[in-house]
Amino acid sequence: MIVVFVESWNNQFKKASFEAVSYARSWANTAGCGVRAITSASAENANQLAQYGADEIATLELAKTGAGIGAQLAGLVGDAQGVVVAGTAMGKIIAPTLAALSNGALSTNTTNTPSSTSPVIVERGAFSSKGIETISLNNGLPIISFVPNSIGIKEEAGAGATSTAESAGSDMLNVDEVSVASGKVALPEAEIVVSAGRGLKGPENWGMIEELANVLGAATACSKPVSDIGWRPHSEHVGQTGIQVNPNLYIAVGISGAIQHLAGVSASKTIVAINTDPEAPFFKAADYGIVGDAFEVIPQLIEELRAFKAAN
Amino acid sequence: MNILVCISHVPDTTAKINFTADGSAFDSLGVQFVINPYDEFGLTKALHIKEARGATITVLNVGGPETEPTLRKAMAVGADQAIRLNATPTDAITVAKSIKNHIQANTYDLIICGQESIDYNGQQVPAMVAAFLDLPFVNACVGLDINGDTATAKAEIDGGHTTYSCSLPMVVGGKKGLVEEKDLRIPNMRGIMTARTKPLIVEEGEGGGHTAAVSFAKPAAKSAVKLVPADQVNELVRMLHEESKSI
Repeated sequence: MIVVFVESWNNQFKKASFEAVSYARSWANTAGCGVRAITSASAENANQLAQYGADEIATLELAKTGAGIGAQLAGLVGDAQGVVVAGTAMGKIIAPTLAALSNGALSTNTTNTPSSTSPVIVERGAFSSKGIETISLNNGLPIISFVPNSIGIKEEAGAGATSTAESAGSDMLNVDEVSVASGKVALPEAEIVVSAGRGLKGPENWGMIEELANVLGAATACSKPVSDIGWRPHSEHVGQTGIQVNPNLYIAVGISGAIQHLAGVSASKTIVAINTDPEAPFFKAADYGIVGDAFEVIPQLIEELRAFKAAN
Repeated sequence: MNILVCISHVPDTTAKINFTADGSAFDSLGVQFVINPYDEFGLTKALHIKEARGATITVLNVGGPETEPTLRKAMAVGADQAIRLNATPTDAITVAKSIKNHIQANTYDLIICGQESIDYNGQQVPAMVAAFLDLPFVNACVGLDINGDTATAKAEIDGGHTTYSCSLPMVVGGKKGLVEEKDLRIPNMRGIMTARTKPLIVEEGEGGGHTAAVSFAKPAAKSAVKLVPADQVNELVRMLHEESKSI
C-alpha cells in the first residue's frame, strides 16, 4: 500500500492535493499495490480523491501544525510500502518529521515518479535547480515529497472505500494568528507568475505588473534587489534564497537574470523575458524574449491579452 | 541563554555547478565555499539576541576538516565557540542524528538552522532534529522574538503568514526576515584574529545513511530564445497560446 497524505486548506482540496493522489497512484501502479489516502475529517467531498486513484480514503482529526501531523502519520504508516506528501509549506514539515519518527528514507524536492521500486529511485532538484540528483531510498520506509506542479494531475479511478483512521494529534506550538491574503493567487502554487525587477524604476510603477497578473490570473513576484530595498514584500522575492517557483509560465519584466534569480525560476516550464538590455543574462534562460522598454511593452501586452481572453 | 546555530558549508551562490566526469559527485575543484545563506540569517539573528540580552553562541557543522574555515568565519563575526561533528554528511537523517546526539549531551535554549542548504536543498534536517528531541519547531521562520523562556515566531505559509508561540527550547528553520540582508556581518580583521583563539571542538558524528546519491546531472540546456520585436506583442501572445500552450 502507498499511503498519501492529502492536505486541505479551509476544508477544500487544491490542485496539489489531487496531484499527490496522482503521484501515489503512479507509484502504486509501478509497485503493484493500492493507494490509501489520509486526509482531514473536515475536508469537504473527500470521496472525490477516488477519481485520482485512491482505493481507500481514511479521515481523522488532524493536528494544527506540520510537526503534529507528521507525528500522527507515523502512527498510521506501519504497513505502508511508501508514503507521498506534496511539498507545500506544511508538507515540507510533515515529511521530515515522519521520516525521523519512522526512521525512513526521504527524498524531498522530488521531480518525477519512481523509475524503480526496489530500491525506490527518483530524481530531485539540487544545487538550487542547477543540478538534478538521482537518489536511491535504501534503508527504511521510502517517503517522497514532490514539487507541486511537477507531476501533474491524472484522473484514474480508485475503489474509494472510506474509513476513519485512529491516531491522536497534538501540537507543541500555539497558533496565535494566521493571515492569508484573500483574492490573491499564492506564489508557490501559481500556474502563471509575473515578476518584475529594478527595471521598473520604482514601487509606484507596479500597477501595470498587477494589472498584467490580473488579466492572466497570475501571482506577482519580484527580484531580490527589489525586496531588499523595500519596493515589494520579502514574500514576493523569488530566487535562490527566496521562494523557488515552477509555474507553467514565468514572465520576467526588467530583471537582468542574475544566477541567483535564475536558480529560483529555471524550473518554470516556459519563461518570457522582457528587458531593454539585449545582453541581459535572462535572455539565455528564456524561451521567448522582447528587447524593449517595459513601460511600452507591458501596456500593449495587457491589451493584447485582454483581446485574446475575450476571443477565447 | 545558550544558542546553537547549525551551519552548512556550501558552494558560493555565484559558483558554477559542475559534477565529476562519471556524474557520481559534485566537483568542488576551484569552488569557493561559504556559510549557507539561510544559516547566515540565523547566525546574525543569534548575534542580535546576544547583543540584546546576552547569550553564548555555539556554531555547529557536520562535516570533514575542510569545513573548519567556515566555522572560523562564523566565530569571526561573533560566535563564541564551534563544534565540528566529524562525519561524511551522507543524508539528512544521519546529519540530524549527529546533531541530536550533541544537543542531548549539552544544554541549549534555542537551536537555529537555516530552512535548507543551497546545495542539496533538502529542507529536512531542522524538522528531523526537532522530531528526534520532541521540541517545538517553526519552519520558514521570518521573525523571532524571545521573551524570557518563551518565543513568538512568524513563519511563511502558502500565501501568507502564521504566528506561533511556544516555550523554549525550540528549533527554528530560518530564512531572510529573521534579520534583513543589510544586517549580515562581514568579518573584520579584529574578529578574524579573535576567531583563531576561540575553541573549535571536534566530536564524532554518526555514520551510515538511509538514502544514497546514485548520480548527478545538469539540467538540459535551453534552446535559443525566440525574440519577438517590441512592436509585435500580439505575436508573443499567439506563441504563448499555440506553441508553448502556456495561456
